[in-house]
Amino acid sequence: MKVDREVVETVADLSKLKLEEPDIAEYIESMSRILDLVEEMQEVDTSNVSPMAHPLDTTQRMRADIVTEQNLRDEYQAMAPETAGGFYLVPRVVE
Amino acid sequence: MHDKSLTQVVHDLRQGRYTSVELTRHYLERIRQHNTDLNAFITVTPELALEQAQAADQARRDGDDRPLLGVPLAHKDIFCTKGIRTTAASKMLDNFVSPYDATVIEKLLAVGSVILGKTNMDEFAMGSSNENSFYGKVRNPWQRDRVPGGSSGGSAAAVAAGLCVAATATDTGGSIRQPAAMCGVTGIKPTYGRISRWGMIAYASSLDQAGPIAKTVEDAALLLKIMSGFDDRDSTSLEMEVPDYLATLNNPVKGIRIGICKEYFADGLDTGVAQVVMDAIHELERQGAKITEVSMPHTRYSVPAYYVIAPAECSTNLSRYDGVRFGYRCEDPKDIEDLYTRSRSEALGKEVRERIMVGAFALSAGYYDSYYKKAQQIRRLIKNDFMSAFKQVDIIAGPVSPTPAFKLGEKTDDQIAMYLQDTYTIAANLAGVPAMSVPAGLIDGLPVGLQLIGNYLDEARMLNVAHRLQQATDWHLQVPTIAREGP
Repeated sequence: MKVDREVVETVADLSKLKLEEPDIAEYIESMSRILDLVEEMQEVDTSNVSPMAHPLDTTQRMRADIVTEQNLRDEYQAMAPETAGGFYLVPRVVE
Repeated sequence: MHDKSLTQVVHDLRQGRYTSVELTRHYLERIRQHNTDLNAFITVTPELALEQAQAADQARRDGDDRPLLGVPLAHKDIFCTKGIRTTAASKMLDNFVSPYDATVIEKLLAVGSVILGKTNMDEFAMGSSNENSFYGKVRNPWQRDRVPGGSSGGSAAAVAAGLCVAATATDTGGSIRQPAAMCGVTGIKPTYGRISRWGMIAYASSLDQAGPIAKTVEDAALLLKIMSGFDDRDSTSLEMEVPDYLATLNNPVKGIRIGICKEYFADGLDTGVAQVVMDAIHELERQGAKITEVSMPHTRYSVPAYYVIAPAECSTNLSRYDGVRFGYRCEDPKDIEDLYTRSRSEALGKEVRERIMVGAFALSAGYYDSYYKKAQQIRRLIKNDFMSAFKQVDIIAGPVSPTPAFKLGEKTDDQIAMYLQDTYTIAANLAGVPAMSVPAGLIDGLPVGLQLIGNYLDEARMLNVAHRLQQATDWHLQVPTIAREGP
């Protein structure tokens, strides 16, 4: 499948990635090549085949509703780029 | 000392032939001398290693006899290690010091092992040549102008070069087996769910599985036993007992049915590799194994299905790297959008960015059914192929990768050729069955691996066959020159 500039820009936006102008042509090329490879799947008839999520088809376990996690906020925030008063700081979102 | 297997080291330490401090110093010295050349380690932890070794020696004097007491190991830099930088070979995590240990690390520390350091890899485990690391490429110990394979290239190279006794690794599409094959060591990817993924940096969660890389099958079996087991912190962990893999290693292979998957010997397989693999299979036949041909018709769709499922899962998993809670943050973000996009774009490598984008595409509105759902259906068909093959045979044997180690830079401009490196390994991840690589011979001085694939949770039989092969051959004892050099 040949992707175009618009598709590449849309998925970059969805992925929160910034594309530099000189790289865009390269991304169009390589994404098209990967999708061509992937396209081979369409040869296979998969009607009535159920999608497989876990190899052993296990499901989520239930557990007792008790607190098992400790509060390690300070430890985890020690490695954050910027925090204040137990919050993570980011540039102003709401004016 | 570095020529000894893990099993021999355990024995020697018990006998007091040398101490853990002596052994650890020896390995640290070897890393100091050879790592500049190989680049197998991202981080070396000499102070911690010696501290752990001293504690191990003291514990032994006090009567402690835990299975790996004082044994120096290296860990792929994808496992979180408390207090030690854990980077996944990405600029994104260059400054990340984990606040906790992965379950695998916890288990290996609980039996007394020593941490020498963290090994190099492809960034976030995305790659088949270890050329996608922020910390530079790893060189193959057998020939320095060749790749070690990937993504666990650092772990495989370190074991092959005698820079550690054994190492941990992970395999999403062949990342344990392919580097093990290319470096001439033994590597196991167990059944999906056998080893906890907790604390293991995620790439594609429904495929990722940890495993050991070691010098012999016996060593790998011992490590597998320790690393395996249920963990309620991993929701996909299997609640099943772990057998004693060592107990059945020496069983005769007489009567074991080994299948040769004809699709693994199709176009694209190097004739020399095919010959080496067939020679190994004939050795098993000589020991009484029954060889039959099996067909797994959907094999050729495993690479296409993988390049939907793995990117889709990675695009989700890697959304956590946003410059907010940990990892890299760009300078002076002007708003939140700028913070996200610049932090990610500046700190994630090209291959990673591309897989995230392919994944976002496959999951996006209007494409989900024809890509992600289709790939998950093909995955079921691949599993069904294995299930019908395992009605006829006990083990499937074949090549690990189409060629021996290729040259550094040879495939960096041809992404699809790089992806096809994993043609024979990916199906086992998609189906979730256990698979391993054992050294089977050399071509022009480069190692070739034999792949053995077992049925779900049948690691014991796979290891049994691999061990019997190593009892009758000496391919696993061949080492590169660097492993014979001092200190």
